[in-house]
Amino acid sequence: HIATSLPLPSERDHLRPRIDLIVFMIDIKSKYSLKNVEASLAHVDTSFFLGKVCFLVTGVGRMNACSIETNAVCKLAEAYCSPVLFCELELEGIRVATAQRLLRMLQICAGHIPGVSALSFVSLMRNSNDN
Amino acid sequence: ENVDPQKTAFLLRKAWTLYSVTPLYRFHRARLGDYARLLSAFIAAEKQKGLAVEVGIELDIRVAVSSLADLRGSEQDQAAVLVQLSLRSQASSRNSEDKLVWLGWFCSVYGDDLSENVPDDFTCLPLFLTHGAESYTSMVGSWFQKTFDCSFRRLAISPLNLSWMVAMWAGCKLDTAVSAVELVFSVPHLSQPLDISYAIHPEDAKALWDTVQKTPGEITQEEVDVFMDCLYAHFHRHFKIHLSAAKLVKVSTAVASAHCDGIVKILHSQYLPGVLMLLTELAMSQIQ
Repeated sequence: HIATSLPLPSERDHLRPRIDLIVFMIDIKSKYSLKNVEASLAHVDTSFFLGKVCFLVTGVGRMNACSIETNAVCKLAEAYCSPVLFCELELEGIRVATAQRLLRMLQICAGHIPGVSALSFVSLMRNSNDN
Repeated sequence: ENVDPQKTAFLLRKAWTLYSVTPLYRFHRARLGDYARLLSAFIAAEKQKGLAVEVGIELDIRVAVSSLADLRGSEQDQAAVLVQLSLRSQASSRNSEDKLVWLGWFCSVYGDDLSENVPDDFTCLPLFLTHGAESYTSMVGSWFQKTFDCSFRRLAISPLNLSWMVAMWAGCKLDTAVSAVELVFSVPHLSQPLDISYAIHPEDAKALWDTVQKTPGEITQEEVDVFMDCLYAHFHRHFKIHLSAAKLVKVSTAVASAHCDGIVKILHSQYLPGVLMLLTELAMSQIQ
């Protein structure tokens, strides 16, 4: 399911399946996308931040066109205890690899991988980032 | 930092195309006259080869290479090097002057971060500015690359850096700020390209910056963000357009103007060192 901002319209609440993972997409070329994500974060229940939220920064192939400081995104992700992935959607290889990573994360968050919970996975990712 | 305004007046009000340059190997300031002769011969040879095939480009060129002692930041900086290409006057009369057709200069203003980490044989002048036809730039660039084993790259300026520039320059104290602070945005994803120009009265822009900046002489990313957010909010209030989703491509102030393709115009001699320091920093980060 794709949405341009949160909260999702309440009319369809009863039809919506359980949400396992929220990926917030930030376009490095658009300051507006960062502001939009920041505003949308306020509408997310805190339970999601135990491993069911991820930030995806797109457009990193064109740093000459960047309007956002990557530091600011990393600080945001840290504040919300969630991982950040960087990718370039215009390059097919990276696009496919990123999709595969997200799919894997989704499988974990949905509980399809025995022995790995969303929370344990996100703390694993955080430790490897610090190193 | 005592820049003689007379000596640097020729730098003002010209559109300079920016490049970053890696350190020059075995560049000797005592040999500037030799370099001028060698470059001149190189250009004549290019003419023989018929490589510079462009209508209107004359190749009977006189080359002058000189040092600009005043153009530097700290004592560690190398003095700037100026290259001038002039068309030899055809008339035999002594009164006719050579016509200047191309100007290029290498400089470093507070480029200590780079020069500190480089072996002695290398001269660090990371910023290269040119004014004149691209074909001359390419010939001069090729000669320098061959002779000093350096490499040139066009210096692109990101929207993030442009917003730093407009915040800094709009906040500069000027006796007479006659020109508006202008930001030009390009709107992506449209079938027909659309540019939005946002002009602000310079006094309003300076007043806004003064309320945002906490410590005079210091600028933080947060302050630049607040400044830009105020401008975006004001525009959105009036036109319902989110400029923050568009690409900032050019900024203009009474101090200087800059375009994302790496083209800069400096308008005020008082702020020349400040502008060059910023550009030197951008050049260095592109090299490293």
